[in-house]
Amino acid sequence: MTVIKVAHLTQGYGKTTVLRDVNVTVEAGEILALIGPSGAGKTTLINTIMGMLRPKSGTVNVLGHAMPNRQLLSQIGFMAQTDALYTTLTGRENLAFFAALQAVAKADLATRITYVAEVVNLREALDIRVGDYSGGMKRRLSLAIALLAQPELLILDEPTVGIDPELRQQIWQELQRLATAGTTIVLTTHVMEDAEQAQQVMMIRNGAVIAQGTPDDLTHKYQVPTIEAVFMKAGQMQDADMGSH
Amino acid sequence: MMFVAPLFILTLIYFLFQSNTTPKVQLGVQNVDSSLVQAIDTEHVRIKPITSEQSARTIIRRHDYSGLLRQKDGKLTLTLANASQSDSATIVQSLRAAQIKLSTQAAQITIQAQQQMIHQLATQLKRLLPTVNLPATKAMAKPANLTTHYLYGSADSTFFDTLLPIMMGFVVFFFVFLISGISLLRERTTGTLFRLLATPIKRSEILLGYLSGYGVFAIIQTLIVVVYSVAAFKIQILGSLATVVLINLLLAMVALSLGLLISTFAASEFQMMQFIPLLIIPQIFFSGIIPVAQMPNWLQALAHVMPLYYGADAMSQVITKGVSLATVSGQLIVLVGFAVVFFSLNLLTMRRYRQV
Repeated sequence: MTVIKVAHLTQGYGKTTVLRDVNVTVEAGEILALIGPSGAGKTTLINTIMGMLRPKSGTVNVLGHAMPNRQLLSQIGFMAQTDALYTTLTGRENLAFFAALQAVAKADLATRITYVAEVVNLREALDIRVGDYSGGMKRRLSLAIALLAQPELLILDEPTVGIDPELRQQIWQELQRLATAGTTIVLTTHVMEDAEQAQQVMMIRNGAVIAQGTPDDLTHKYQVPTIEAVFMKAGQMQDADMGSH
Repeated sequence: MMFVAPLFILTLIYFLFQSNTTPKVQLGVQNVDSSLVQAIDTEHVRIKPITSEQSARTIIRRHDYSGLLRQKDGKLTLTLANASQSDSATIVQSLRAAQIKLSTQAAQITIQAQQQMIHQLATQLKRLLPTVNLPATKAMAKPANLTTHYLYGSADSTFFDTLLPIMMGFVVFFFVFLISGISLLRERTTGTLFRLLATPIKRSEILLGYLSGYGVFAIIQTLIVVVYSVAAFKIQILGSLATVVLINLLLAMVALSLGLLISTFAASEFQMMQFIPLLIIPQIFFSGIIPVAQMPNWLQALAHVMPLYYGADAMSQVITKGVSLATVSGQLIVLVGFAVVFFSLNLLTMRRYRQV
C-alpha cells in the first residue's frame, strides 16, 4: 500500500521557492532517509507531507487522504528538529500530555509510557524535570513522544543527532522492528550511517531531488563506494547542469 | 510572584497617598495691614514676617518661600515663586478668602451701624408723627451653619480610594498581558507550539486552553487583591463582589487575547517587553486617574479605544458607588467586544503555523 504519494510538489514561503517539482512515493513498512544540506528543503518537505503547509502546487496524499488533513495527524508520529519539550515538567508529564493530545487511551497510557521510555533508555530519568536533562536525553524524550501513539507513519527530523553510537544502534533496531511490523518511517539526517540503514534514500539539494533509490542501487549507479560519495558526485553533477543552463 | 507583586504595588501606592492634608505653604509678609494678615487662613498658609527691604526675588530665594506679600502706599503686591502651581494656587486662594472675609466684616459693621441709625430715626419720627406707620426693622440674618454629608466615602477619604479600583484593573491587565504573551512566545521559540500543532488539536482549542487557564488565574488574583484590600486598607466595596470579579475576568480575557496577538509580532521576550510602553502604559493615563472629560476632544476619542478605560470605569463605579451589574453592562459589552476581536485575529495569525 502506498502510504505517501507526493506528486509534482512545488513549495515555498512567500516569494521564495524552496522545492521544485518533487516526487516521492513511499510504501508501507519502508524506511526513507532524506539527505541534504541545511536549507535544501528537507524540513519543508516533511512539513508539507505532514500537512502543516499547503502545497503551492502539486498534490500530497498520505494514508489515502489528501493533505492537509488535521484528523490524520493522530496517525502520524512526529519528532521535531528542536527539542520542543516543556522544561518545567518531568519526562513522564511531557509524555502524558502529548499522549492525551494523540488520543492514547487512558488504560494504555502507563504501559505505553514505560515501553517507549525503555526503547530510548530513559526509564530511570522519567521523573526528573526536563530542564535538568542533558541534550541527548532531551532528543531521546522527543523520539519517545513520537513513538507514543503507535502511529502508522513516523516522521523524524534528525533523530540521531547528539546520540551515542550504542544508543543509536538500539534506536535503529527499534525502527527496523517497527518497519517490519508495518510502520512507515521518513527521516531526515546528515548522518551517512543512518542513510545506509534506510531502504530508500532521497537526496535533496537546491530544492530539487538529485538522487533517489536504495543505497546499493545508488552506489552502483554512481560507481562510488559510499553514500557520502554518491551525494558529493550527484551534487557536482547538479552544479554542472545548472551551470550549463 | 504574580500574586505577591500586585499586592506589593498596591501597598506602596496606599502609603504614598496616605496624607489627606496639603503641606503648609510659606508666605513672607512685609508691612501689610495686620487685619489682613490675621484674616489669612493659617491652616494652609504659614505667615513669615519680613523686615528686610531687599527685592522680593532675593527674599524668596534665600528663604525658599512660596511667595511674598508687600504693602506700600496702600497698594498690595504679591510675588509668587510658582515653582509649584498648587502652592501658588493655595496662596492666591487664601488671600482672596481673607479679603472677602474682611469685606464681609466691614459690611456687617456698616449694616449694623446703619440699622441702629434707622432705628433711632424711626423712634424720633414716631414721636413727632405718632399716626405714621413705619415698617419694622428686621434683625440681620446670621450666616447659616454649614454641615457636610458624604454620599460615598467619608471626610477621611484619600486619593487612594479613587485609585484602588483603577489599580486593581490595571494590575490584572498588565500581568496577564505580559505573562500570556511571553508564554506563547516561548512555546513558539522552543518549538512546543509546532509540536502541539502536529497533533489533531484545533487551533481554537489551543487558544481556548490559554483563555481558561489564565481566566482561572485572573479570578484567583482578583480575589486575593480584593481580600487584601479590604483587610489591609479597610476599603469598602459598596457593590457586589461577584461583579468586581466579573469585570476583572473580562479585563483578563482582553489582556490575554491581546498578549497572544502581540506575541506573534515579537521574536523574543526582549521585543515583547518593548510593547509595554506602547500598549500598557498609555492605558493608565486614560483609566480615570486624570479625568477624561477634561481632556481635549482628540484625546477623549483615543481613550475610547483603550480597554482599561472601560474596565477601570466599571470597577470604580462598582467599588466606590456600588452600582449594579446592569449599570456597567455597557462597558462590559465593550470589553467582550475587544476580546472577541482580538481572539479572532489570533485565530487568523495562528494560520502561520499550521494552515488547517
